[in-house]
Amino acid sequence: MANVSVKNIRKTYPNGTEAVMPCNFDIADGELVVLVGPSGCGKSTLLRMVAGLEDITDGELQIGDRVVNDLDPAERDIAMVFQNYALYPHMSVYKNMAYGLKNRGTSKEDIDHKVREASAMLNLDDYLDRRPSQLSGGQRQRVAMGRAIVRDPALFLFDEPLSNLDAKLRNQMRIEIRNLQRRLGVTAMYVTHDQVEAMTMADRIFVLNAGRIEQVGTPSEIYRTPASTFVASFMGAPPMNLLPATYNGNGSVHLNGETSLKVDAPKDHIGDIQLGIRPEEVKLATGKSATPFKLELIEELGASRLLHGKLAGHDFTVNAPNNDAPLADNLMLDIPSDALHMFDHETGKRL
Amino acid sequence: MTDTTSTTPRAKKRFRWSAVFDHSILILGSLFMLLPVFLALTTSSHDNVEIQREGLKFWFGSDIDENFGNAMFEKGGFTKTVTGMTMLMNSFILGIGFAIGKIILSMMAAYAIVYFRFRFATFAFWMIFTTILLPLEVRILPSYEVIQSIGLTNSYTGLIVPLLASATGTFFFRQFFLSVPEELVEAARIDGAGPVKFFIDILVPLSQTMIAAIFIIMFVYGWNQYLWPTLITTDEGLFTLVRGIRQIIQAYAEGSEIPEYGQAMALALIAMLPPVAIVIFFQSWFVKGLVESDK
Ligand SMILES: Nc1ncnc2c1ncn2[C@@H]1O[C@H](COP(=O)(O)OP(=O)(O)OP(=O)(O)O)[C@@H](O)[C@H]1O
Ligand SMILES: [Mg+2]
Repeated sequence: MANVSVKNIRKTYPNGTEAVMPCNFDIADGELVVLVGPSGCGKSTLLRMVAGLEDITDGELQIGDRVVNDLDPAERDIAMVFQNYALYPHMSVYKNMAYGLKNRGTSKEDIDHKVREASAMLNLDDYLDRRPSQLSGGQRQRVAMGRAIVRDPALFLFDEPLSNLDAKLRNQMRIEIRNLQRRLGVTAMYVTHDQVEAMTMADRIFVLNAGRIEQVGTPSEIYRTPASTFVASFMGAPPMNLLPATYNGNGSVHLNGETSLKVDAPKDHIGDIQLGIRPEEVKLATGKSATPFKLELIEELGASRLLHGKLAGHDFTVNAPNNDAPLADNLMLDIPSDALHMFDHETGKRL
Repeated sequence: MTDTTSTTPRAKKRFRWSAVFDHSILILGSLFMLLPVFLALTTSSHDNVEIQREGLKFWFGSDIDENFGNAMFEKGGFTKTVTGMTMLMNSFILGIGFAIGKIILSMMAAYAIVYFRFRFATFAFWMIFTTILLPLEVRILPSYEVIQSIGLTNSYTGLIVPLLASATGTFFFRQFFLSVPEELVEAARIDGAGPVKFFIDILVPLSQTMIAAIFIIMFVYGWNQYLWPTLITTDEGLFTLVRGIRQIIQAYAEGSEIPEYGQAMALALIAMLPPVAIVIFFQSWFVKGLVESDK
């Protein structure tokens, strides 16, 4: 159990790719941090630097109270779970879990004790003698978890551990991993590009974009106050609507000249902005003060439906509760003023 | 339902005819391949004088025990000291030593090339690879020269070691290692397996099938070596079976006696058995490896 402290860590691959720009962060003891971001943004690189599988170009990495920059992965007191499980195909489940301990010189009785404890925790008791090839995907993932647990590490590292599983199993394993991590109280870094996983599992989310940490926050902070248009459109399904608009400084934004919306807090940024509106914070309305919306396509989701269309000439999506009522082509929307997010026109930063 | 029942017999019949055809071709083919072996067997059961006079025999005679017995246990050769058993053992030493040596050498070379990012890894690989263009027959004189100058003629070392250096094994193992997922290597690193442990605990067991395949190929290759042993061994105690067969015929053909055709045939048959046995034995291993590991 340990906290992690990262100072100005940076990665440039030998071919010149700047995979991770200098970044700083701290992870508290027992915290589960999710690194999320689009493909190629450097999540795995960052994680692998922490694991010691990738050299740290620059900066300082501390796990517990040790600087571990120059330590081998095995000496860093970490355990890693890989996307494709990376189990040793020729070893039984038991041996897979025991291998790391054996290499550390743990005694046979201790190994046996730890492996049995982990396998009981993960419901793997009946499979200890099987080869990985004789297990289902979920079971293999559990073995990989078991291999991590028996080492009793200071830090768990997960690199997209669930992306090879089907949706249902993913939900189940997500909860299992979360519970296990809580119960063991081990600090964890978890990489995913699935925002549902990020939102549901994280104590804190790090949103990465092109090698930079774009925002750090609790899931609800990330959702409610995205720091940039990137975070706003990346987190949330369907993504936040982003519309070009102008702000005149006196409490309302103009879309396309004619449509205007009230905003709560007057901002001192006058001129072009980007306006963000979450599809689920908009309601269908009938009132005079409402905003007209031209409906083009309906997607049924069961509990709700997505209405795609145009608002003031821009693509816009509304997430409306499903009540089977037939909808006209021209609708009115009620957009509450606290649902408006304003972003800088150029930098995309939150205003 | 009715449809199926009415079509099944017809389908079956057509199927059967094609099967008969296929099988006859296969059977004819294998008879054709087996005929020389059969002739060797039948001929080996006749008296030398008879063979000399009448040529190959198409049916069994009465001397089969005698010919096989003499071939294996009678002291023959120029010095009258070597029996078939000695030659059989030499052949085994050459075949197994060659196969094992080659596997160890090429596995380690491939391991170095694939897993250690030293500067000239690719260059080293291509260097090794181009030696495919230089089989033993091409470099036989320099090889002989070297072996002779370090005094390894007439020794098992001299017989085996020069043959070990070749690229095929390295190439196969390299291709195989490249297909081992990177994450397995990383998992092992996190589990604290250093280079040696990783090689022995993970890579070697994973390569089982590959090792078996290369063992078969290399054993048969080593077993059938003729030119190199002929060159490097003059001591009859080191003769291999393949070499010995010729010796029997030659030794006597040069004299006034009748060549011991029967014994030569018997020896040829015996020389054929171990490679066959090895292939059969490792084949089942092969299948087992394929079924059990899913790399
Ligand atoms: N070994 C390498 N050499 C050079 N560049 C690399 C190497 N590995 C990754 N990169 C580059 O570094 C960047 C970050 O890669 P990384 O694997 O960290 O992405 P990621 O966020 O994990 O993406 P994904 O979600 O697809 O796994 C990418 O642009 C990638 O092309
Ligand atoms: Mg990745």
